[in-house]
Amino acid sequence: MTTAVASTEAPQDLAAARPARESRRRPPRATRPVGGAGASILLWGYAALALVPLLLMLTNSFRTNGDLISDPLGLPSPPTTASYVEAWTTGNFATYFGNSLVVTVGAVALSTAVATMAAYALARGRSRIFRWLESLFLSGLMLPIHLAILPIFYLFDGLGLIDSRLGLTLMYASSGIPFSIFVLTTFFRQLPEELEEAAALDGASSWQTFWRIMVPMVRPAVATVAVFRFVPIWNDFLFPLVLLRREDKYTLPVGLTNFFGENATNYSAVFAGLVITTIPLIVLFLVATKQIVAGLTAGMAK
Amino acid sequence: MRRRTGLVFVAPALALFAVFVLYPMVTAFSYAFFSWQGTTRGAFAGVSNFVTLFTKAPFTTDLPQALLHNVLFFLGTMLIQNTFGLAIAYLLYSRPRSRRVLQTLYAMPYLVSPIVIGYLWTLLLSPTFGPVNTLLTKVGLDSWALPWLGDPKTALWVVILVSVWQWIGFPVLLYGAALGGVPEELTEAARVDGATNRQAFFRITLPLLVPAIGTVSVLTFIFAMEAFALPYAFGGSTGNPAGATDFVSLLFYRTAFDSGATDAIGSSSALATLLFLIIFGGAYAATAVLRRHERRITA
Repeated sequence: MTTAVASTEAPQDLAAARPARESRRRPPRATRPVGGAGASILLWGYAALALVPLLLMLTNSFRTNGDLISDPLGLPSPPTTASYVEAWTTGNFATYFGNSLVVTVGAVALSTAVATMAAYALARGRSRIFRWLESLFLSGLMLPIHLAILPIFYLFDGLGLIDSRLGLTLMYASSGIPFSIFVLTTFFRQLPEELEEAAALDGASSWQTFWRIMVPMVRPAVATVAVFRFVPIWNDFLFPLVLLRREDKYTLPVGLTNFFGENATNYSAVFAGLVITTIPLIVLFLVATKQIVAGLTAGMAK
Repeated sequence: MRRRTGLVFVAPALALFAVFVLYPMVTAFSYAFFSWQGTTRGAFAGVSNFVTLFTKAPFTTDLPQALLHNVLFFLGTMLIQNTFGLAIAYLLYSRPRSRRVLQTLYAMPYLVSPIVIGYLWTLLLSPTFGPVNTLLTKVGLDSWALPWLGDPKTALWVVILVSVWQWIGFPVLLYGAALGGVPEELTEAARVDGATNRQAFFRITLPLLVPAIGTVSVLTFIFAMEAFALPYAFGGSTGNPAGATDFVSLLFYRTAFDSGATDAIGSSSALATLLFLIIFGGAYAATAVLRRHERRITA
């Protein structure tokens, strides 16, 4: 889901990308919690409902298959990692994991790099062509790129990019450009132009100004864009489903589908596969909650 | 920045965007207006590929059914997210100390791949060893221990509820931010004038939240019309059981890559174009209505 569709926000509204400031500006209110203790219990109860299925996925992955069938509500006692060994080696998850990592990291790095350069030029360029190019890029926010899968398939076929991790990387890098440019141009516009004027007086080239002065200043926005793009690329299913045919090139979501189809009754190994697919995102979320929340709210209209 | 330098900075992004996004999008539409024999493009065919969608099997049966499922999926998720999601956000807003933690917990399932979510709930809802039905039986609700995903009558509702479960953190976050934008002087003034919490919410806060509700609804619409991975995980590319979880994008995928029909490219491209028009038209109309409303509340 492209969260940035229907966006018409003014630069200053992007304060959402820095949630830390929100809490500083608004001190905790003295009013009583609406709904009282009953509502609090409901809120924490729903939090449990959000988490328990994910926890069940984790606990069940440490149990044996026989144990899962005889006692569906049981806990791992004692925990066993046999299902992980099975999924990782015979289930090829080691290969799928490596492919997902290479493609996602490559695409996020490439996409963020080219989008940061472009966003700087679009924010600072005075010629009318930059306004036009900016609207062209932003129109991409509204294009459901998955509907173009057929021409993409034939394009990849013509370029010899079917079954290529490089091809998939290029595809994801490109489809992420509109969102990245959208967020980054707003940030570049907030920086005072005196910065570049001072740098120019000191004899810095455009590239030096960009790389040494501007990029360090928008680093939080770059982090938001990179972290937020990581999630949908890691999870994407349609592109690898269509563009990859060889099993040794599969990324995790397609590899998982393959594994589920062949091992539908080997429940514990499937649970282990689900956890392997999910773990990197949980780790990412724990170290970068702020960036993910900022990315989610960056698409708000008002 | 000089114009030439600027264009050098834009060039790499523009090249990638043009080759892998713009070019495929534009050709995707053009494909729909030609006749196809396998991968060979024939003569210009006007709207005949679109006529196929409404006159030939399997579209005459599959397309209305899939489209209905997309619409129900949209209505279901939108109604629950806009009531339940807004209620949660409102309750959280008066709890500044636990708000951040709870928002984070609600957003956790959003991170997980829809494919993983689909398989996870397939296993949890399994009639033979699933913990959900085991629990229902244990607490005496045997009549509720149904084959949720095996029965065409309940399967679609499982897809809808699981999708809401995955995405609810998103409206909670958006409504939380929108509630922060409602001037407190307004609700305070209403309370001073003797309004109850309920009156202040329905008369003042809710009308000011309409733009945010509109944004959530439009995004949900686009999301629901494009739904692919979650139903694929639940019912495969044919929308099992018995097409009960079939969606337009699944039909598109089947037509393009699984049907083996000689005019597959033409009819599937027509289907993609139709879906694009529905998404774009719906989102555009809704946004226009919202703009009008916004002008009214700011005037």
